[in-house]
Amino acid sequence: MSESIVLDHATDHDDHGPAKGFTRWLFTTNHKDIGTLYLYFSLIMFFVGGIMALIVRAELLEPGKVLINPEFFNQMTTMHGLIMVFGVIMPAMAGLANWMIPLMIGAPDMALPRLNNWSFWLLPFAFTMLASTLFMSGPAPDFGWTFYAPLSTTYGPKSTDFFIFAIHMMGISSIMASLNIVVTIFNMRAPGMGWMNLPVFVWGWLVTAFLLLAVMPVLAGCVTMMLMDRHFHTSFFDAAGGGDPSLFQHVFWFFGHPEVYILILPGFGVISEIIPTFSRKSLFGYRFMVVATVIIALLGLVVWGHHMFTTGAPLEAQLYFMYATMLIAVPTGIKIFNWVATIFKGSISFETPMLFALGFLVMFTLGGFSGLMLGLVPADYQYRDSYFVVAHFHYVLVSGSLFTIIAAVYYWLPKWSGHMYSEKLGQIHFWLTVIGMNLTFMPMHFLGLAGMPRRIPDYALQFTDFNQYCTVGAFIFGFAQLIFLYIILKSCFSKDKGHVSAQVWEGAKGLEWTLPSPVPYHTFATPPVITTGHREY
Amino acid sequence: MHNYISRLTIFISTFFIAVAAQATPGINMPYGVTPISNDIYNLHMACFYVCCVIGAGVFGVLIYSLIKYRKSNGAKAALFHEHIGVEMTWTIIPTLILIALAIPATIVLKHIHNTDESGLTIKVTGYQWKWKYEYLDQGISFFSNLSTPQDQINNLAPKNEWYLLEVDNPVVVPVDTKVKLLVTADDVIHDWWVPELGVKQDAIPGFINENWFLANKIGTYRGQCGELCGVNHAFMPIVVEVVSKADFEKWVKSHGSATFASSSLTAPTTNAKPAALMTEADLMKLGKEQYEKTCAMCHQVTGLGLPPTFPALKGSSVVTGPLSAEDSLVIHGKKGTAMQAFGDQLDDKTLAAVITYTRHAWGNEELNKKNKYPTTIQPQDIAKARK
Repeated sequence: MSESIVLDHATDHDDHGPAKGFTRWLFTTNHKDIGTLYLYFSLIMFFVGGIMALIVRAELLEPGKVLINPEFFNQMTTMHGLIMVFGVIMPAMAGLANWMIPLMIGAPDMALPRLNNWSFWLLPFAFTMLASTLFMSGPAPDFGWTFYAPLSTTYGPKSTDFFIFAIHMMGISSIMASLNIVVTIFNMRAPGMGWMNLPVFVWGWLVTAFLLLAVMPVLAGCVTMMLMDRHFHTSFFDAAGGGDPSLFQHVFWFFGHPEVYILILPGFGVISEIIPTFSRKSLFGYRFMVVATVIIALLGLVVWGHHMFTTGAPLEAQLYFMYATMLIAVPTGIKIFNWVATIFKGSISFETPMLFALGFLVMFTLGGFSGLMLGLVPADYQYRDSYFVVAHFHYVLVSGSLFTIIAAVYYWLPKWSGHMYSEKLGQIHFWLTVIGMNLTFMPMHFLGLAGMPRRIPDYALQFTDFNQYCTVGAFIFGFAQLIFLYIILKSCFSKDKGHVSAQVWEGAKGLEWTLPSPVPYHTFATPPVITTGHREY
Repeated sequence: MHNYISRLTIFISTFFIAVAAQATPGINMPYGVTPISNDIYNLHMACFYVCCVIGAGVFGVLIYSLIKYRKSNGAKAALFHEHIGVEMTWTIIPTLILIALAIPATIVLKHIHNTDESGLTIKVTGYQWKWKYEYLDQGISFFSNLSTPQDQINNLAPKNEWYLLEVDNPVVVPVDTKVKLLVTADDVIHDWWVPELGVKQDAIPGFINENWFLANKIGTYRGQCGELCGVNHAFMPIVVEVVSKADFEKWVKSHGSATFASSSLTAPTTNAKPAALMTEADLMKLGKEQYEKTCAMCHQVTGLGLPPTFPALKGSSVVTGPLSAEDSLVIHGKKGTAMQAFGDQLDDKTLAAVITYTRHAWGNEELNKKNKYPTTIQPQDIAKARK
């Protein structure tokens, strides 16, 4: 009896497709539409933030003033950082979560669809508010994406208040999105899908969502304290009133360090889906992978002090933060080794998603090495706030987050759109990106070790050569992304009928590959039947 | 284009040399001239080699697999997907490697924290955008400003060898002496960093951080501010001159127990006797010189400033208004902005010269004359305004 009701209901849904016109996107509660919105938003912001990076690199082409004055330079570095972190990586990951989590766990939609709509639609307004500061009289936020007090409080430009409210809106958006993800994963898994049967991407996002719930309110508190200091005569961060500027850094990095794992853990999940597919072999050590993710997240919550080694912290605190930080290398190492073990004795093919996954594996490992070096406090004294740090976090974030997002888009785009991308263009995109990325960020290690501080618009003559490689690399890296844009638009707006099978990739396993390509507007209205080992080879 | 290709070739080859071999100057961390910087260098290299070995292992297996197990070669996938022994191995071995790295790091860190038994104590204060040094036992104190001319920054003149790494008053310290630093800031957070001394210490307003160095080689060592501190963060370098102990004694004597006077950077205490009247031409000459050194970084050589952060002086209501307003602003500064209390940094003569210059330049003279405001100011006027 109940079965037939479910079936009728499902048939009903198939009858009505999406609404027509703009209101489809404005009022949508469909997880696929919202996922698409997130991904397009992220794509637009990617080019906005990228143009800012190119302005920065152009100014650094040679010593002396090249294009822009130091004040605008600081605004560009600040906005580039904020947009890439909050406007590109986080929305893209949220977009992937919206699209894929219901498909992977066999749910008809996210648990809280209206909340889902709201958490996306806050973002364009938050970023419009943030970007509007560039057009105000007076500087836009110019204190770096870390916005240390008192540079951002007592000495901050008037536009800082817009920045504060933009951060609040992004924070609300992230909190609601992660709440939704947690509730969905806990309650809407298809019958038979146990915790140790969950796709690793879903695990990665579950842990990330808890991290977001833990630290986003702290960021909100941090910017609220700034607001109070700026306008209501409190002195949280002002020593003259009994406050402490380093309190700001503690609060900020309590959010900021887990934030880097928020940016990276869903990416780990993506890689754990892609590498088995193209190695045609099960992920090596599923249990260790899941446990490692959880441990990384837990350790990530208690190591914020390693961003503050030069602030005059006492010896004991420095030692604690050093040991805890170095410990993170163990679960991260397990992940790297397990991915390599998955590839070992596989049957490997090199489609574009696999290329980006391999690019991730190599360059993220390099970023991990420089991270380990940064964890040693005495050596950190020489690396801190130099270009070595810039090189380090671009190696982990560009490869760890951006490459995994690009890999995920190539991997699931045929499933989403029903059109296969051009493999040849994808390969060209990969090689240009990898060459450009390494040419941009590898020399930064040497610049930092030789003593070039970060966030400077002009530099001493001995740094000229390496800076020029960086600039050339950045332009190769930047313009290569136009290929990516073309590939995406061609797949999504192609008029001819796609001929993509449900399986898409020979080695792909998992519920999403049981659905036709393109995926129908409504899926899994009837929960699928899960047999244990459905993901094994 | 050809130039870039040849540079690219050089870059790729230097990269591999750097990875394979050790430090060549300008690519690796400097070995430095203090015991701490040497220890840090050794720690850095040890960690680098450990990473190289791990990297060789991981990338070796990866590359081998990618070549051997290609589907196009007819490779068939194996079925294993778990092995508790292997996984425990690559959990435990990295842990042991990390412990091996943490031990020397802990020893060096303890050494860094020992600031006892210093032979000289210098208080370092960061300002937007200059450093102040106070030799607490010698009673010497002075400001240290970037000395690279604005023309070089704006590409109007060829650049010096030490472009952006040169100052008017370097810190002078004796060789083989433990120098204790008390680091703080006046406005925002700065960071005192000299790579070859192995010191990087945040300068935080309202708090004093301690650090130290013991240079064992005579020479000049250069560094920069390491923490973003506003618009001119790139323009507040640090120059440390390590001299022989005898030379240091001489330097201390020549600068007396009073405040250090170099070029025009003299503090108010030297104004014991009333200064003589100066001609307008002298004031203008000195004023222009000092303006371009101290003021032009924000208000620009053209007097147009970078509004609204740095207001224009050309036609400004302060500079073409009553004298007392400009005196007070220049002497006492404006809290919460980069406009500092220059009364603490410049002597009466220089302040008078700078104010005279601003009231003449960029057509301000005509405006002042039209509204019957004074244009030429004497040092005595400043002395009066201070009271």
